Amino acid sequence: MADEDKREVDAYSGVDTTGHEWDGIKELDNPLPRWWLWIFYASIAWAVVYMVFMPAVPAPPGFDGHTRGLRDHSERANVAQAMNDLQAQRGPLFDRLQQAADTGGIEAIENDPELLNFALAAGESAFGDNCSTCHGRGAQGAIGYPNLNDDVWLWGGSFEAIRQTLHVGIRWEDNPDTRFSQMPAYGRDGILSREEISAVADHVMALADMIEPTEAGNTTGREIFELQCSACHGVNGLGDQTQGAPNLTDRVWLYGSDEAQIENTIWRGPYGVMPAWEDRLGEETITALAAYVYLLGGGERSAFSEAALDGAHQASEAGR
Amino acid sequence: MAEKTKKANPIWAWHKKVLEQNSIMLTGGVLVVVSIGGLVEIAPLFYLDETIEEVEGVRPYSPLALMGRDIYIREGCYTCHSQMVRPLRDEVERYGHYSLAAESMYDRPFQWGSKRTGPDLARVGGKYSDEWHRDHMRDPRSVVPESIMPPYAFLETTPLEVEVVEGRMRALTRLGTPYDELGRLENAVSDVYTQLDPFAADYDGFLERYPGAPVRDFDGNPDMVSELDALIAYLQILGTMVDFSTYEAEADENLR
Repeated sequence: MADEDKREVDAYSGVDTTGHEWDGIKELDNPLPRWWLWIFYASIAWAVVYMVFMPAVPAPPGFDGHTRGLRDHSERANVAQAMNDLQAQRGPLFDRLQQAADTGGIEAIENDPELLNFALAAGESAFGDNCSTCHGRGAQGAIGYPNLNDDVWLWGGSFEAIRQTLHVGIRWEDNPDTRFSQMPAYGRDGILSREEISAVADHVMALADMIEPTEAGNTTGREIFELQCSACHGVNGLGDQTQGAPNLTDRVWLYGSDEAQIENTIWRGPYGVMPAWEDRLGEETITALAAYVYLLGGGERSAFSEAALDGAHQASEAGR
Repeated sequence: MAEKTKKANPIWAWHKKVLEQNSIMLTGGVLVVVSIGGLVEIAPLFYLDETIEEVEGVRPYSPLALMGRDIYIREGCYTCHSQMVRPLRDEVERYGHYSLAAESMYDRPFQWGSKRTGPDLARVGGKYSDEWHRDHMRDPRSVVPESIMPPYAFLETTPLEVEVVEGRMRALTRLGTPYDELGRLENAVSDVYTQLDPFAADYDGFLERYPGAPVRDFDGNPDMVSELDALIAYLQILGTMVDFSTYEAEADENLR
């Protein structure tokens, strides 16, 4: 009770002091503010209400589970519901898109404004999430990652070819159907010497009309090109989309157009990889993406659509 | 004016005298109250079976990926990248299936994180090519112009301390990670080299110990086992282990 004895009432405010004193400064013993106290009690009451309605109390040791609460709330059930709602909202359009793509190709999509808008919106969104990291926000590409706006395609630029590439990827070892080809690392693996690589580079750059043909390029370069490179790139360097061999005469260079860059490309034999997306994105998103990429501007008319166009052309000729 | 209206409440008087004016008692009392919260919230997670879902496919990290994980932690990647896809529509749309507790059961410590300056990495495995990861580590802005991530070019030229992996796996074994099964510990160091070489003699044995692990030269330089090899091996496995074809997300026991 010694503490109690030391207590005194503060003369100015008329409030008790706690008996604590630091260098002559004393502490008032005010009660807690009422509003604070009521919020505190209300929080306790709310906690009880929450325990009744929401999942809250874990089972004691030896048992499993937890109380589900009157609302049987589940974040995971909620997100499943939200995904279902989303699917219900856009599912019919995705179905129509899928059907149009399978039966009429890209033209069927292009001819239906609603479908076209939908495919472009869905494709753009998927592109931003998944593709732009490598190909760039505007699909402009970068060294090693193709520009998707131009009309240069390594593995084919028809709607069907783009769709297939998205499905199976390029050199993606987890997918058994992946698009595959491999250019040898002519320098690193010791197939060609520095001089020979330089001569081939001369020949290739002359093919693309970027430099005047050189002596070395015309002799050693041409000889090696016909022996080593023409099987995939063709004797005239026009490339072959069935094996992803780029056209060497179009002056579009995935790994750089400087002589040094071209020599380096021959030296190391690039092995560009694109993941397969069929497991991650699913069929319908891939269809929308393929339409989006195709319509970026550089899509190639496929044999399918050539035939359709020819048919339309002949019909209009006949009708004339 | 200073008329005393306060009644002497015996409980408050006791509280004041015994707890508030006695620092040891106060500390002890705070400890008791706080640990009730801890006991109720944390302790059940250790004995409830439902804490970790039953899934197929989750296995301990391969030695190379484990070293990569340590580099991930050493470089503080977790300060900007989370590894937790939350059960929200937008996140599931962007990143894929929400993260399961089972997916980080061998993470000590887990890398869920609570802040995203960069994107979530829980499902980054298999989303980009190794070459992209190399370009990105060398100079993030060469592939993502708007990125503010610092470059980690030195990883490519820093040799990986391969020998320490066995000790780390032993430590994790004591904590319950099953590295003592299937000869994982015995082959710890050699498995690092095996994972980097698809033509290695022990290729099949390695895949038996670590099913589904990617086997290739991750940093593009077969002459050296670099820290970049380990980090890319780790990133490429993230979020790919669970076999979602056998996981029933909407089964009653998995709804929480």
